Amino acid sequence: MTALLTAIGAAAAFLAVTTSDTATAAASATLVDAQIVEVYVFLLAAFTGFQIITKVPPLLHTPLMAATNAISAISLVASIVIAGAERPLFINIMGMVAVAAATINVVGGFVITDRMLKMFKKTEVPK
Amino acid sequence: MIDQQIGALFVQIAYIGASAAFILGLRGLTKPDTARRGMQLAAVGMLLAIIGTLLNHEIVTYQFIIIGLVVGSAVGLPMGLLVPMTAMPQRIAVSHMFGALAVTLVGIAEFLHYRDIAGGPGVVKMIALGFETLFGALTITGSFMAFGKLQGFITGRPVTFPGQKLINAAVFLGAVGLYVTLVLTQSGGATGDAGLIMFAVMTVLALVIGVTLVLPIGGADMPVVVSLLNSYAGLAASATGFAIGNNILIVAGALDGASGFILSILMSKAMNRSFANVLFGAFGGEKAAVSAKSAEGLTTRSVTPEEAAMRIGYARNVIIVPGYGMAVAQAQHAVRELAELIEKRGGRVRFAIHPVAGRMPGHMNVLLAEANVPYDHLFDLEEINEEFHACDVALVLGANDVTNPAAKNDPGSPIYGMPILNVQDAEQVIVVKRGMATGFAGIENELFYLDKTSMLFGDAKSVLSQVVTEVKGL
Repeated sequence: MTALLTAIGAAAAFLAVTTSDTATAAASATLVDAQIVEVYVFLLAAFTGFQIITKVPPLLHTPLMAATNAISAISLVASIVIAGAERPLFINIMGMVAVAAATINVVGGFVITDRMLKMFKKTEVPK
Repeated sequence: MIDQQIGALFVQIAYIGASAAFILGLRGLTKPDTARRGMQLAAVGMLLAIIGTLLNHEIVTYQFIIIGLVVGSAVGLPMGLLVPMTAMPQRIAVSHMFGALAVTLVGIAEFLHYRDIAGGPGVVKMIALGFETLFGALTITGSFMAFGKLQGFITGRPVTFPGQKLINAAVFLGAVGLYVTLVLTQSGGATGDAGLIMFAVMTVLALVIGVTLVLPIGGADMPVVVSLLNSYAGLAASATGFAIGNNILIVAGALDGASGFILSILMSKAMNRSFANVLFGAFGGEKAAVSAKSAEGLTTRSVTPEEAAMRIGYARNVIIVPGYGMAVAQAQHAVRELAELIEKRGGRVRFAIHPVAGRMPGHMNVLLAEANVPYDHLFDLEEINEEFHACDVALVLGANDVTNPAAKNDPGSPIYGMPILNVQDAEQVIVVKRGMATGFAGIENELFYLDKTSMLFGDAKSVLSQVVTEVKGL
């Protein structure tokens, strides 16, 4: 775990160094700032993910897969922009296909996760 | 201008809200009673993110978005509502394919877009874009192959041929080489046709990698493969976030990537194998020859459903060990009926679930939950392994290698060291099995030849129904 995080940190440092070498000084300042913030975001999200997901019991591992799959269909957000922005027609159409594919996962994923979770019941205590 | 800034602020607030909803939603999954509400919260977060995006000022035309949303919903909703629980491994595999398809298309579209911009994507964006397309593309075909193997239209046996590893390595190095070259050459804005061709070839090679990666992996190793593809799909989504500078994609992708990574490690550990071994091992087949012990000279004892019913019906403490065989025979409802009968007669029934039982993480739990087995009857390996000592009857239902004592006491066995369920500690063992065929590891299971073990041959569902009828008549 620590090794992985260190590796990510090293990669971030590497990114910072390589970008400042290649781009012009003024451009690199803003670019590196923006990219570094993104690396922080990734790091913190990955760390939070590790912490939470290690606590998910094996009982719920299938719903977990279905759920994270639905959540990662957030790429719908990027697809929507490509389908709707001012781009050549064939790119808009690629975006449209991406929107359809991601929507299948968003809609199907949340519905099926809910269907599964609905089934997990405790022993009914007779009253 | 000010309108645009307020709009952008609203989009960011929607994204932050969605990120919080995703994280809190996943936290709900740590307990069965909070899980459902948690995921509903995550769904609300998703809706928020979508609404926020639709207000993005870059969007000038809505017709393609609406068509995509309508088509996706029209396909996704019936898939979500109608896919039977028994088909869940396939459905998970195919959803990784859709997710990866979206990510890859975005990656290609963004790459083409940067060709029209002076300066090109630059090193950093190209690293993200290339990674996104590389992992996205290999996840598309990899997931399709996994889907095919689980659905049964591609053979579940490991497919190997001479020189396979060499070809795989060459394709892999080719794709990575092109990726590195693209990153190094796209920095100065020289986005000529050479770049386009390199990008196209890299994408095609990545599609090939997906096929060759999964082809040699056997059906029983699918829990690891499906988890790994889950992780790849997440990392590709995260890379998309880096490529277009969108934090919510980075967050959601990182969560998915972490989840898939953790599951892959858990699955590999449960098989006592390294990642590399699962990916490049092509388990099964030839391994049978090196099996340390053969079954020669050993005999099994088979029983009739009537005899089995006598033993199960009068047992006070029963542990049921389900495996893939139960899923194949769809015997989960018959099992639940038997469990209820035993409880009505005053016995105690628990289910012992090995992490890699079935074809995906948690497969057995979902099937048993669907059959209305309460989840407090389902126990993990660590929770129940010490309990086999005190149990009268262990009923093994279509599970094989995960109960093989050779994993503990035979250093020569290919599965030596793998954590197993201590079924052999039970006072008596009844194994429901179709025949004497070996499990995925292709080795004999000593458990079947123990004096305390009785074999109950037949299809799990029909055999159990007979046992249920007999127990009712006791």
